[in-house]
Amino acid sequence: MRRVYLDNTASTPVLPEVLEAMLPYLNEVYGNPQSIHDWGDPAREALDDARSKVADLIGGKSEEIVFTSSGTESNNMAIKGLAQAQQSKGKHIVISSIEHFSVMHSARTLERQGFEVTMVPVDKHALVDPSEVARALRKDTILVSIMHANAEVGTIQPIAEIAKVVKEAGAVFHTDAVATAGTVPVDVKALGVDALSLAANEFYGPKGAGALWVKRGVRILPLLDGGVQENGRRPGTENVPAYVGMGMAAHIAESELAPRMKGLITLRDRLTNGLLSKIDHVTLSGHPTRRLPGAASFLVEFIEGESMLMLMNQKGIAASSGSACTSRALKASHVLTAMGIPPEQAHGSLLFSFGIQNNEEDVDHVVESLPPIVETLRKMSPLYDKFMKGQKRGGNEHADLQREGDGSLHESPECRGDLES
Amino acid sequence: MDHFTNPRNVGEISNPDGVGEEGNPVCGDMMTFYIKVKDNRLEDVKFKTFGCGAAIAVSSMVSEMAKGKTIDEARKITPELVAKELEGLPKNKFHCSNLGAQALNKAIDDYMAKHFKSV
Repeated sequence: MRRVYLDNTASTPVLPEVLEAMLPYLNEVYGNPQSIHDWGDPAREALDDARSKVADLIGGKSEEIVFTSSGTESNNMAIKGLAQAQQSKGKHIVISSIEHFSVMHSARTLERQGFEVTMVPVDKHALVDPSEVARALRKDTILVSIMHANAEVGTIQPIAEIAKVVKEAGAVFHTDAVATAGTVPVDVKALGVDALSLAANEFYGPKGAGALWVKRGVRILPLLDGGVQENGRRPGTENVPAYVGMGMAAHIAESELAPRMKGLITLRDRLTNGLLSKIDHVTLSGHPTRRLPGAASFLVEFIEGESMLMLMNQKGIAASSGSACTSRALKASHVLTAMGIPPEQAHGSLLFSFGIQNNEEDVDHVVESLPPIVETLRKMSPLYDKFMKGQKRGGNEHADLQREGDGSLHESPECRGDLES
Repeated sequence: MDHFTNPRNVGEISNPDGVGEEGNPVCGDMMTFYIKVKDNRLEDVKFKTFGCGAAIAVSSMVSEMAKGKTIDEARKITPELVAKELEGLPKNKFHCSNLGAQALNKAIDDYMAKHFKSV
């Protein structure tokens, strides 16, 4: 059976060149980069080299890169570390309503510590309007964090325009670029940001390697206390093999960005056109044009995402969904509900994320396999039943399903997760 | 897993003796059970389900367990028994088995209401 991995947002495969670069640092080069002897020197040199490669990928300077364990750690450090370092100037933070949980929950933690957080809404395409950010800014706003792109629906934000607004207000501006760095051109100067998070496993590097770029002169406090590693900003013995892998992956991404993007866009559009023409009552979610090259996200009406994923898995296809059933919290994705998508439709969300290892046969396999899966599940669905009967009667029961929602319905107490038990 | 891949008794019964609906699409799952009753026995049970893999498997299992049982026996199908027959459900999916038993019970309630009204 053909096996098609279209969940590259969750993680990408490690390139052979990246693995090869890492191996010596898991084996013969075992010294600590901080040691002053022949065992430490090659480890330190490899770390410096990796740092400059990661800096080059985003147009920053080597000394502005702090290596971390993940995008999540980078985001935690940015939100908590930047806010705490600026708190003498104010205690107000602005984020968007579609941020990754590592940003959202970090902001919530700060709220409990006396900071105030304003969440900027998004439109139906998940786009943040710079004027909404301007409206949220106050005299005591010290930090703004808006993600560069949302992987779940693929929408790319107008970061440079938002940066202008934030700069005028004198706040520090961070962007979570985990979905974009190494995938589309990311230049910290062009974006006009003060801090930027990225993660290696999104661009064919290893897991366990992330970085936070912090512009020179911007104050930030560390999450951890310890030694002098990463200039004291991220103490702990450095994960040299992972960072070497990240450096190599960044170096390759930088030189291959344009052809990679072209290939991903071709596959994405082939899948989008194929599915939209073969299945009724399916819509593309996210922005129609401002999207990640490899992200094809859909809302499939009348059926639920997890059951689609399970049946696709049986056909060898890996994808993901923002449905409640795929999350342990049993809630529809906060990103989809923030876009104003009613929860019953958000449950039918599907995301296919392409990587450079995919090809057109992969797309064709999905376009062939998904329609019968949707048909099977719709035959079983009481919602589809009601809709079809409504159609026959010429009624508008569909309107019930399409009703305008602000997303608050998914908090309905009727929805029990039994998580407490 | 088999009850998810090859669910039994999917569909609806024309002129059913009882219909029961449980759940809410807003929450991500909804089940409708249809029953045909003869001589106090569930002669036929069918269902339609919107929901995750576990919800589909639960509906299928409940329909199999209920078929051929008397009204009283069918009332005794508990979420725990359904989960046991399916050889366990993940903890966060246990509410799916509640829905199945509840929807069947509602269908029986519906039958009882109609039945006793007509008698």
